[in-house]
Amino acid sequence: MESVFYIIIITRVPIEITIKNMPTNLADILNIVLMISVAAVSGLVGSFALMKRMALASDAISHIALPGLGLAILLNINPLWGGLVALVLGAIIIWAIESQTKISTETVIGVVFSASLAIGSLITPSHELEEVLFGDIATPSVMEGLVGLIVTLVIGFTLLMIREKIVLSMVSQDLARTIGLKTSRINFIFLLLFSINVLLGLKFLGVLLMGALVIVPAAVAKNLATGLNADLWLSSFMAVLSVVVGFLVASATQLTLGPVIISVATIFFIISILIKLVLRR
Amino acid sequence: MAEPILKVKNLNVRFGDHLVLENVNFELSRNQALAVIGPNGAGKTVLFKALIGATPFSGDIEWSDGVRFGYVPQRLDLDPQLTLTLRDLLMLKIGILKLSPDVIDEVISLAHVDKKDLDKRLVNLAAGIIQRGLIALALIGDTNVLLFDEPTSGVDSPREELIYETLHELQDHKELTLMFISHDLNLVYRYATQVLCINKSMLCFGEPQKTLNTDVLTKLYGERVLYHHHHPRPDRDNH
Repeated sequence: MESVFYIIIITRVPIEITIKNMPTNLADILNIVLMISVAAVSGLVGSFALMKRMALASDAISHIALPGLGLAILLNINPLWGGLVALVLGAIIIWAIESQTKISTETVIGVVFSASLAIGSLITPSHELEEVLFGDIATPSVMEGLVGLIVTLVIGFTLLMIREKIVLSMVSQDLARTIGLKTSRINFIFLLLFSINVLLGLKFLGVLLMGALVIVPAAVAKNLATGLNADLWLSSFMAVLSVVVGFLVASATQLTLGPVIISVATIFFIISILIKLVLRR
Repeated sequence: MAEPILKVKNLNVRFGDHLVLENVNFELSRNQALAVIGPNGAGKTVLFKALIGATPFSGDIEWSDGVRFGYVPQRLDLDPQLTLTLRDLLMLKIGILKLSPDVIDEVISLAHVDKKDLDKRLVNLAAGIIQRGLIALALIGDTNVLLFDEPTSGVDSPREELIYETLHELQDHKELTLMFISHDLNLVYRYATQVLCINKSMLCFGEPQKTLNTDVLTKLYGERVLYHHHHPRPDRDNH
């Protein structure tokens, strides 16, 4: 089944993109909707994370899923469960390190995440490794897709509900505590939502690239937006746009989806830097 | 004196094995202005953090009922990429406390924040304006105790005096107990009704004119204090 997409650019010259394997059944369509929702939530998560210089941790947090995925594949259970356990453990580890401020967070994160990648690569059966590292588009069942979609919406909704508390804790723990916020609990909830969002994105982007979908669109928003709302929505929008454009390009060219999405996001990032430089003049 | 709004008894703060504050005792009445003075690293900011519950301590800190405190930190350690505007920052607290957005107009006029600075990125605002913004933030929620940690750099002396004028004015306009950490003894003499000297332990407490004598100040700062008192400090010049 082939479909044709037209992208009409400002020049009004239609560009024709032919997409092979255009989705027709419910599971495929659900898969695409899920991918877009995960992207939207990733943009939100990234926007919050970058307020606290968490770029390194955010980028690497997905690596910690690898040993869990590998072990689950070896034991022949659904890899998602392995990934979930590993990521929740990872969230607890980062949270504990952040609470014990004496250790340099960046160092520990560097060690823990690289070690996860190394050990995970050893455990994971080699014929599965590429998919796990870079993602694949194999469609989950309708049930999995629905559950994923509901979980994504819950994460997005929760983030927006408690966004003031998250942002104030990110900007200044002391100010947050002065008005009675439990900053430690808020940090933990945020990391947990972050991890589950990463888990949902692993399917499309893999362990190595999921972090980039959180960070890169958020970095675009940081370059261009003024104000909290503009930042959140632009970040979310850029993540969705990267996924949609990436999906179209990957479908048209038969390239691997994950790397294409992140390349597209990176192009947006470069454009945002250029715009910023021009505006500064 | 009026009823005490704050009682601190045998307060100790330690970071690991290191005792940062030792046996601090004082009481503060409503509508007083307490200056906390002491050399760098003496534990002044730590005292404030203990008072607002942002750092663990042993001993007793008793605020009277109905106290709503606002805290103005020395500075915000902001990521240079942060897109948050001053209005966003104020709206965070307004949102969490579920107040009306109209509160913004009230607090920025009290803190003398210019309306045109509200919608600029925080990181693009001058230190003095951020400080006024933080005072406005601290005032949200019908604050009746204000803890003000004076910045050690970034705000020049004349501007700092204007801030103290603003704080003083606030005390006249509304029920407000003020606690401020200051590095400038002139400001302490002018604006404080009580002074607390700290260098890890408590070295003095009382009315500035009666409490601060050469002995106490020498003990607190060492000999450098005489220079400190009579001349503007070079490190407080414009940045």
